[in-house]
Amino acid sequence: MNFKSTIGLEVHFELKTKSKIFSPSPVSYGAKPNTETNVIDWAMPGVLPMVNKNVYRLGIMVALATHAHILPTTHFDRKNYFYPDNPKAYQITQFFQPLACDGYIEVEVHGKKKRIGIHEMHIEEDAGKNTHGTNGFSYVDLNRQGVPLLEVVSEPDMEDPEEAYAYLEKLRKIVQFTGASDVKMEEGSMRVDTNISIRPAGQKELGTKVEMKNLNSFDHVRRSLAYEQKRQEQVLLSGGHIQLSTRRFDEATGKTVLERVKEGASDYRYFPEPDIAPDHISQEWIDEIAKELPKSAFERYDDYVNKFGIKPYDANVLLQTKESSDFFDAAVAAGADPTLAANWMNTQVNGYLNDNRVNLADVKLTPEHLAEMIKLIQDGTISSKIAKKVFAETIANGTDPKKYVEEKGMVQLSDLSVLEPMVTKVVDDNPQSVEDFKNGKDRAIGFLVGQIMKQTRGKANPKVVNKLLNKELASR
Amino acid sequence: MEITEDTVKHVATLSRLEFSDDEIGKFTEQMGSIINMASQLQEVDTEGVEETVQVVDRDTVFREDKPEHWQGEDRETLMENVPEKANGFIKVPVIIEKDDNE
Repeated sequence: MNFKSTIGLEVHFELKTKSKIFSPSPVSYGAKPNTETNVIDWAMPGVLPMVNKNVYRLGIMVALATHAHILPTTHFDRKNYFYPDNPKAYQITQFFQPLACDGYIEVEVHGKKKRIGIHEMHIEEDAGKNTHGTNGFSYVDLNRQGVPLLEVVSEPDMEDPEEAYAYLEKLRKIVQFTGASDVKMEEGSMRVDTNISIRPAGQKELGTKVEMKNLNSFDHVRRSLAYEQKRQEQVLLSGGHIQLSTRRFDEATGKTVLERVKEGASDYRYFPEPDIAPDHISQEWIDEIAKELPKSAFERYDDYVNKFGIKPYDANVLLQTKESSDFFDAAVAAGADPTLAANWMNTQVNGYLNDNRVNLADVKLTPEHLAEMIKLIQDGTISSKIAKKVFAETIANGTDPKKYVEEKGMVQLSDLSVLEPMVTKVVDDNPQSVEDFKNGKDRAIGFLVGQIMKQTRGKANPKVVNKLLNKELASR
Repeated sequence: MEITEDTVKHVATLSRLEFSDDEIGKFTEQMGSIINMASQLQEVDTEGVEETVQVVDRDTVFREDKPEHWQGEDRETLMENVPEKANGFIKVPVIIEKDDNE
């Protein structure tokens, strides 16, 4: 018997704001427990939530980037539940009138293009973080309470784990390049829940679905769906039935494990949030945000490869993060040769970031300085060897490359009136090298270049020296 | 809507509360009379009337995205209500089960 799978994904993104969605508490990653909270996050009596405008703005960016219809009027609702991660005993979310609906993204799987629908997306608050101890206690940190989230709910349009994987990759790239979220699964700024059901081919109505929550990586999403697809098939083939349930992926065994069976629908008793007035989203505001929307990764890729002639592999490396792509764009805008800039970004800059375990935002290198340094190499002022020294100084201390080169006397020596006598002398002093050269030993030149470099402390322009040496040796 | 003992038990479970049989009987009666009183509203003809989500006379009230740090005494006052704490965390009895949230 053949089965068809139906997969839907719910993805939560932490929106990149400076303060929380309903309170002015700061949002940052890794602060001491409970320090980034105030009376609103603690749900003290009498406090009132007030909506952070930037949360809407970032949400609208993602809606625009996924071709979703933005609702002209939205309001917030209360989702009631009792758990120590949320002192209010309800989450403020958008249940009845979400931010946007009916979007889509296009993926390419098995060589075929497919459009996957986005049912709706809404903004809501995150809950605090519970750490479960082994001693019968849990430890609550409310710093995350009130951090803004955007939940993107797909249509159940995916038919196999590969499509789900492709959808996630694409969605992450889209959201990442709007700048709305850091999209880091390891830091929890992107979280994925999946649901999957199967049904015999030809049957119209969907099977009973199984949900999987808190998946740690895209790979886990793919593997857990593949496992679950097979498991459900075996259950049905052996005459069993699928339970409406939540399962968890066990990394060690690659299997999914039953977490709990659901009995009927959850009872959250949603109702409109009385403390927050409804919000009208004007077309003017949407148009304004659309104008600020950064170029997508896909447009940038096209520019890099087709306009700048950068190799596809290098273009993809630049596009791994919005930060590196933005940095590269700024360097090119500051006059850097795109191919050279791409090489420097992908080798030296990334190497430095990896070695020092820092982000581009943490280093003192500016796109202008990188562009300046590349210009110094191109016009022959410094050799690429010296450039590495200049680069090390600039990225570590933010020193202006041009000034540094001048102050340290690193300017490359290309002056013929200085180099010509040196070349004559070095050839005179090394008759063996002349002999070797005549016998076709290329290494002879290398030795002589080395001698000149030694005398000039690496400042001689290697191109010029090579040319002069060749001329001199040929004339002997 | 009729309030039965099962309704009360269901609401108690959702609220993580435990009641004795006597209390359940008492609450069933009390909740019943409250709901019945409110049920009178059902008699009003609301055909074609748009639902009222908000009664305040304003909308689209936004705040700028500016963080405010709570420092010193203010911050410590927040932790004063915490029955038990450990290393800056709020210490609570472990509850792994969470009704389907997150």
